[in-house]
Amino acid sequence: MKLMEVCGTHTVNIARSGIKKLLPKEIELISGPGCPVCVTDQSDIDRAIEIVKIKDVIMTTFGDMMRVPGTKSSFMDAKRDGADIRIVYSCLDALNIACSNPAKRIVFMGVGFETTSPTIAATILEAKRQKIRNFFVLSNFKLIPPALVAIAKSDRVKVNGFVCPGHVSVIIGSAAYVEIAKRYKMPCVITGFDDIDIVKGIKRLVEQVKKGVSKVEIEYKRAVKKNGNAAARRILYSVFETADSDWRGLGRIKKSGLRFKKVYKDFDAEREFKVEIPKATSPKGCICGEVLQGIESPLDCKLFKKVCKPERPIGPCMVSSEGTCAAYYKYE
Amino acid sequence: MNKIITLSHGNGGRLMHELIETLRLKFSNKILNELSDAAELNIKEKKLTFSTDSYVVKPLFFPGGDIGKLAVFGTVNDISMRGGKPVFISLAFIIEEGFPIQQLEKIAHSIKQAAAKAKVLIVTGDIKVVEKGAADKIYINTAGIGAMDYSGSVGTKAKVDDVIIINGGIAEHGMAVLNAREKLGFTPSIRSDCRNLNFEVERCLKDSKNISVMRDPTRGGLATALNEIAHSSNVGIEIYEKDIPIKPSVKRLCDVLGFDPLYVANEGKFICFVNEKNAKKVKRAIGPQAAIIGRVTSVHKKEVYLKTKIGSTRILPMLETDQLPRIC
Amino acid sequence: MCLAIPAKVKKIEENMAVVDFGGVRKKISLGILSSVEEDDYVLVHAGFAIGKLEKTEAENTLKVLKELEEVAR
Repeated sequence: MKLMEVCGTHTVNIARSGIKKLLPKEIELISGPGCPVCVTDQSDIDRAIEIVKIKDVIMTTFGDMMRVPGTKSSFMDAKRDGADIRIVYSCLDALNIACSNPAKRIVFMGVGFETTSPTIAATILEAKRQKIRNFFVLSNFKLIPPALVAIAKSDRVKVNGFVCPGHVSVIIGSAAYVEIAKRYKMPCVITGFDDIDIVKGIKRLVEQVKKGVSKVEIEYKRAVKKNGNAAARRILYSVFETADSDWRGLGRIKKSGLRFKKVYKDFDAEREFKVEIPKATSPKGCICGEVLQGIESPLDCKLFKKVCKPERPIGPCMVSSEGTCAAYYKYE
Repeated sequence: MNKIITLSHGNGGRLMHELIETLRLKFSNKILNELSDAAELNIKEKKLTFSTDSYVVKPLFFPGGDIGKLAVFGTVNDISMRGGKPVFISLAFIIEEGFPIQQLEKIAHSIKQAAAKAKVLIVTGDIKVVEKGAADKIYINTAGIGAMDYSGSVGTKAKVDDVIIINGGIAEHGMAVLNAREKLGFTPSIRSDCRNLNFEVERCLKDSKNISVMRDPTRGGLATALNEIAHSSNVGIEIYEKDIPIKPSVKRLCDVLGFDPLYVANEGKFICFVNEKNAKKVKRAIGPQAAIIGRVTSVHKKEVYLKTKIGSTRILPMLETDQLPRIC
Repeated sequence: MCLAIPAKVKKIEENMAVVDFGGVRKKISLGILSSVEEDDYVLVHAGFAIGKLEKTEAENTLKVLKELEEVAR
């Protein structure tokens, strides 16, 4: 039985606590496209790298993105070459940098799923309220349900059920998975991040598979409600609207990303900075795409541990500490 | 005297001599006061320990310490880890021109206090001033000499079935410095554990004549130090996650920023590998914060294994890349 | 994917709140979560409260943390 966890934090906690080794042999856990760093398309990173080369630009980013390789280089490389790239804990910190550097243009590298994107939307609303004009966001945000549908529909991926991401679900609610369970007959269990949450979630998922039912269950009731956080979604969709999006490894998925609404186009970094980006070529031999879909394991990759290592990652799954390859490298 | 460091403070002229004099008076002792090119040391003991380290911490001042305190205790602790009793310290500054003298005095004062606390003498020193931009504010190098005059000794290799003891909670220095440097705004600020270990080591050696190996898990954290020992001693190491001490506030800050505390730096902690029959005595000698966190095995040579809270095991590798605050 | 940590709301100032993660406090934004009150438990992600936690569960977690602190001393 193949169960896919669609959240990098689950992937890491499963590896860190050694849950995988304690599971009955019949259950195989595979890791899906649950790490925003890993699924950010190479050309989106290339664009950001071109932008940091422009004079008087300060790039702000979550620490997660620093080592992610684009076609030629990463933020870490660009910083070494003198670019002003700053790690922030919150998008609001980036806005504060914009306030205190009025002569510079501040760009925030926007990545993440539904948990993160509302916080960026709220920051943009705040920038508008304060009439801050030197603050821009690169919108590389992704939405989880369309990716799950793509995997559920795929002929190549054989998954029996989804361990759904707890914190994305805090925002989108369990209702967001109903279509996946009903139409695509995929059992879905939303679970939290403690070892016990994860194990309980897997148990309920196995029960569904065994009974031959497919519904959405919540094993993280203390945080996740049916309707999620409606206020956050309202803010998110006041600034952004859905758009097709390229996922590293998975390709283009319809309506799986976010772009700026017209009213907020002044904050769109892609519009503000017209940069030429080199044509992205994915590294030879890298099977991150297959790994992200759960078709292959990192152990099947010829580059894994030989050329592709955390200190010099080739593919995105080795970059993020929650990437599948990094988790395998570290813990297996 | 000018209020900032200029290149003249390092050019061998009057200003330099004035600066050296100011600092010398702070650390004044008979050997240093000779002001010769090298200190003549009179050490009765035959066996010595000798160690050096450079300090480039940013920010220079952080809750629980500063670069000066770190420079003294860092070297004192390295000497202590080999069972030496730290006696003499050298002190060299590389200062960027423009550095405020008031800050230098503050650092010097802290060095003086640290040296007094660890009971070591600063016997020789140097100052270089470099052009603006050629260094970042101030760097310090210290070297130290220790005398092997404790009754017990510390070896260099862990032995199979040794018990591993740590003297307190991990990850405090690294998280304190990060919170201060990145201005993350977590309050109350986490304090660095920066302190001297020589007296604790002295107590351990009184109680147990045969400590297999000691190490202070600084950069790279506990996990990296354990890996170093597993490698150099060609043994396996097994660690129990639930027994590793960490202050709840430090653990929570690690959780919020996505840091693994096992890889965060410490500056006042040491791990001590001892024969099982002496473990309790040594633990008692260190004090109530001490904890037994693991043991040495004959299997899994050169590897460290972590027994997780839920009873599974996983490999604990060395630090790969510096940890960065993350949201994922 | 998303690191979110439970915290207790200590003090609300307009759209911001000081929250306690269990020993460390930080000012965070309430910009995307409605009707938060002091003493509520929230999940914090990237400097924002993203959702409320049911009190009993969150209190249990923080109680255990407190006990841990006493044991650790």
